[in-house]
Amino acid sequence: MTPAAPALAAALGAQFPSLAARPSLDLPAFNIPAAEVIALLRHLRDTHGFDLLVDLTAIDWAAGAAPRFTVVYHLFATARSEYVRVAADCTSDDEPAMPTATGLWPGADWHERECFDLMGIRFPGHPDLRRILMWDGYPYHPLRKDFPLAGRATELPDEEVAAATGTKVIAAPMAGGPFVAHPDGTVSRSEPRALDQSWNEQKEKPAG
Amino acid sequence: MPTDYSFPDSAARGAHAAGEFAPEKLELNLGPSHPSTHGVLRVRLELDGEVVTKADPVVGYLHRGDEKIAENMTYNQFVPYTDRLDYLAPLANNVAYAIAVERLAKLVVPPRCQAIRVLVCELARISSHLMGLGAFAMDCGAWTVFMYTFEEREKLYRLFEELTGARFTTSYTRIGGVARDVPDGWLDRVNQFCDQFLPILDESLALLSRNRIWVDRTEGIGVISKEDAIAFGLTGPNLRGSGVPLDLRKDQPYSGYEQYSFDVPVGTRGDCYDRYLVRGEEMKQSVRIVKQAIALFPAGPWFATEAKKIFAPRKDKVLTSMEELIQNFMLVTEGPQMPPGEVYFEAENPKGALGFYIVSKGGGVPWRLKIRSPSFCNLSILPKTLVGAMLGDVVSILGSFDFVMGECDR
Repeated sequence: MTPAAPALAAALGAQFPSLAARPSLDLPAFNIPAAEVIALLRHLRDTHGFDLLVDLTAIDWAAGAAPRFTVVYHLFATARSEYVRVAADCTSDDEPAMPTATGLWPGADWHERECFDLMGIRFPGHPDLRRILMWDGYPYHPLRKDFPLAGRATELPDEEVAAATGTKVIAAPMAGGPFVAHPDGTVSRSEPRALDQSWNEQKEKPAG
Repeated sequence: MPTDYSFPDSAARGAHAAGEFAPEKLELNLGPSHPSTHGVLRVRLELDGEVVTKADPVVGYLHRGDEKIAENMTYNQFVPYTDRLDYLAPLANNVAYAIAVERLAKLVVPPRCQAIRVLVCELARISSHLMGLGAFAMDCGAWTVFMYTFEEREKLYRLFEELTGARFTTSYTRIGGVARDVPDGWLDRVNQFCDQFLPILDESLALLSRNRIWVDRTEGIGVISKEDAIAFGLTGPNLRGSGVPLDLRKDQPYSGYEQYSFDVPVGTRGDCYDRYLVRGEEMKQSVRIVKQAIALFPAGPWFATEAKKIFAPRKDKVLTSMEELIQNFMLVTEGPQMPPGEVYFEAENPKGALGFYIVSKGGGVPWRLKIRSPSFCNLSILPKTLVGAMLGDVVSILGSFDFVMGECDR
């Protein structure tokens, strides 16, 4: 923690009793319940000068973990050159949601869309919560831990394209090898390797 | 009032509906394959005549799932993927990523390694700005500048090739050091490059700075206020063009940047012309830093010699000594061992602040690695900036942003 952190923690603790210090290797970091996160962010921005929302992202602690999803904010004070990290756990694991920060920073718009797209976290109050990196209508949230690295087959989004190309499905990007990592298990097992051992440099790939 | 569709001509239909020459909006797709979108950015524009009334950038055409990939491989294996983020400044990405992981390991690299990193970062900045400036000028019809800047960039690429073995995808850093020391005489060649580069840069900028056409196409176009720039999370030259003197090399010095003296240029109005001026001046400041780094270039090791569980041992040792062989084997199979915890580090890259947020549960693979890409944040202001601009100005504004889609889409 930086030298300014204890003063900041004391000042925030008086205002937000449910605030807790968060283990961190570098920046001052705080945990806050989801219901108070916007109030805390507003307080940090207006009173403590953290005016730049650097980053907004989420962590998936894997299915079964409680809580499963944590949304993490990184703020920067441009006048003092200081960072702070704020983290809030999503209350529901099946329908994770977090109040939107777009009212505080318009720049949160795309970050929250990305979070929704890749992690499936909803941001009630967001003006336009669409997918941003994957296409509209894509059924999965690929950054979740239960989504395999090899990907999953999905239907082509456009019927006209499907008709013209004669195919209805986009295959999972890396399914069938040669490089497919196991989503779980030890490090050496999750190394990219040939999942399908029926063919290699010496043996031809079976047709079909 | 129900619209009457009996008129075949849309303009006549519009005029009929309002009983007057009512405006009709036109939707136009700019990109994803368009020379001025520098990659695969697509912008859905709604036009009233030639004036943009609504803009919706569509990103993601280059999404490769880098963050997912990072969770499935060891820290060193991810270095080549960082090349493909901002592929116009791969060296700077390599350095930013390596420092982020080293912060996690609480590892300090020796001064020589820091100096090498500063050197390559600044050369990468020059090369990226040369490309950005040349492409921006070409988008506005100034071909010549592009030819000048591309030739200089080519010279830099030869230097990169000599240093790293690759022109483009350098993958130069390792966690705890760099892939190899600088070759003999390389620093002199960098110095020579800098000496001949400054006059050519001045000449290139002189082609534009007081050029009537250039000024008309950039001055007062795409104005971003200080407040907006901060609210949308802009960083790098786009933020400084709006007059915010935020430069992480000064404000959060890393890799020994505090030893070098350089100025941070800022704009006054935040228009396309200011962003152009900021990039031009930044190249000159980068040359200053490069010259100082060469003058102060420290001797000593170029990797963290004490970090035996993180930096791979020398190859000659691996083949002759048992202990190093085991070390190398563990590093390759299990990855560099990191403590549990989380860090966020961002570096001042040519395009802005490139950040890595790493959550580790210990071991050789990150649990979560989030890439905070400056191009992504910079582009998020487009729906605001483009509205009210003329269609022709959209090209100027996009050029002045100097974004890279590889980084935006990750």
